Amino acid sequence: MKNLLSIPLQSDASAGESTAKMLASAVSVSYGTKQAIRDITLPIRECRVTALIGPSGCGKSTFLRSLNRMNDTVDGAKVSGEILLDGQDIYARNVDAVEVRRRVGMVFQKSNPFPKSIFENVAFGLRIAGEKDATKIAQVVEESLRGAALWDEVKERLQESAMSLSGGQQQRLCIARALAVKPEVLLMDEPASALDPIATAKIEELIRDLRSRYTIAIVTHSMQQAARVSDYTAFFYLGELVEFGETTQIFTRPSQPRTEDYITGRFG
Amino acid sequence: MMNTHTSQQYYTELRSLKDRLLAMGGRCEAHIRQALQALEHQDAMLANEVTGTDHQINADELAIDDLAVRILALRQPVGKDLRFLLTALKVVTDLERIGDEAVNIAERAEELSSEPHLPETWRALPEMANAAAAMLHDALDAFVEEDAEKAQSVLEKDDEVDEFYGQVMRKSLEYMAQHSARVKAAMGVVSCAKYIERIADHSTNIAEMVVYMVRGEDVRHRGKK
Repeated sequence: MKNLLSIPLQSDASAGESTAKMLASAVSVSYGTKQAIRDITLPIRECRVTALIGPSGCGKSTFLRSLNRMNDTVDGAKVSGEILLDGQDIYARNVDAVEVRRRVGMVFQKSNPFPKSIFENVAFGLRIAGEKDATKIAQVVEESLRGAALWDEVKERLQESAMSLSGGQQQRLCIARALAVKPEVLLMDEPASALDPIATAKIEELIRDLRSRYTIAIVTHSMQQAARVSDYTAFFYLGELVEFGETTQIFTRPSQPRTEDYITGRFG
Repeated sequence: MMNTHTSQQYYTELRSLKDRLLAMGGRCEAHIRQALQALEHQDAMLANEVTGTDHQINADELAIDDLAVRILALRQPVGKDLRFLLTALKVVTDLERIGDEAVNIAERAEELSSEPHLPETWRALPEMANAAAAMLHDALDAFVEEDAEKAQSVLEKDDEVDEFYGQVMRKSLEYMAQHSARVKAAMGVVSCAKYIERIADHSTNIAEMVVYMVRGEDVRHRGKK
């Protein structure tokens, strides 16, 4: 996987590749004495969807969380290596972790709306950031809800509790909340795993739509979902990156036997 | 190829698809052999047997298509399973057409059975038939053994069959020019040569799909084809 270091950072129009918005180089993460991921080198390309797949415990979520310093909040977590966001190391001493998390937003497996109104859920990040202009807040809330393909469903009831929404709507509300603070990268940790097929399809459709404006990395256990929504796929196994490539290639002719075994259900 | 599948049911379905394809391939080989024997020995009864049993090959095609669609819908295969499924769907069509070509040969053999003995002029025909039959046999072997190199070697043999075809055509034209009363019989032989040449082409298609199945590499329409 070392040859990933040679991946061009500049767009190669002929190959349809985009710039690496984020670039992880030799990243290892351990929790206390347990090493969760080892020596991961992987680009997250701009305005593309990168899927991280692999069996439970392979380190894909750990890697995802290291992309916006969420592991900082875990006791005993230690990150080594380098993760660049637009060429700047997000773990450098002078970098504010809160600002990193604003630029690199996250959507979790279980939707976690606050026990507030739909409007206030989306406005929350802006208020925390000190925004007081009510007109501006209302405008951003609408933009974010539209961006999350939820506006038409909730515009008549913005003051109702977010808890009154369905599971799929709650998840899209969480995406709207993430969008409100104008992130550049969105990390999604199994965003549709608890949803029914229709709600899942809406989330997947939304991911494809968001792709034109945001860089997205998604952890999913669903092979089909990874195949449907992503442009690139990275296969993790036992804390290591086994293979990274274009999704079409990974799902039709992976180069590594371990990838082939995993995606075709021959593991174990 | 498939014996490490976590889902035994899925494994069984893939295995069953492969077995059915192999059975169909075996039937095609047998039909070709019989049709060629019927042609060589001008044996109308044997020719009739071939035409009478083509429905089995058609039934094979329908059953294989059904199973492949079921696996695609229920299992959504990826990686080598996907390549195998795509190969199966393509190979089944080639096999069914090979079955049709065997019937065509058998029909001509039946017509030719009432003709006087076919002259030596067409001695290249059995050789050509053997070469085409060997191509099918090797293509199916390559499929069973998942052997891309063997499949590749089948592709190289297509030229040989094409050369035989040219020889048969030239000899037939010469023969027809000299024996105008036997043009009908000569045309029957020419048709058979064409059917055999098509069998070689279908075998080539199968071999190309085997290369794809094993390596994920599409080798179709390369070179002069």
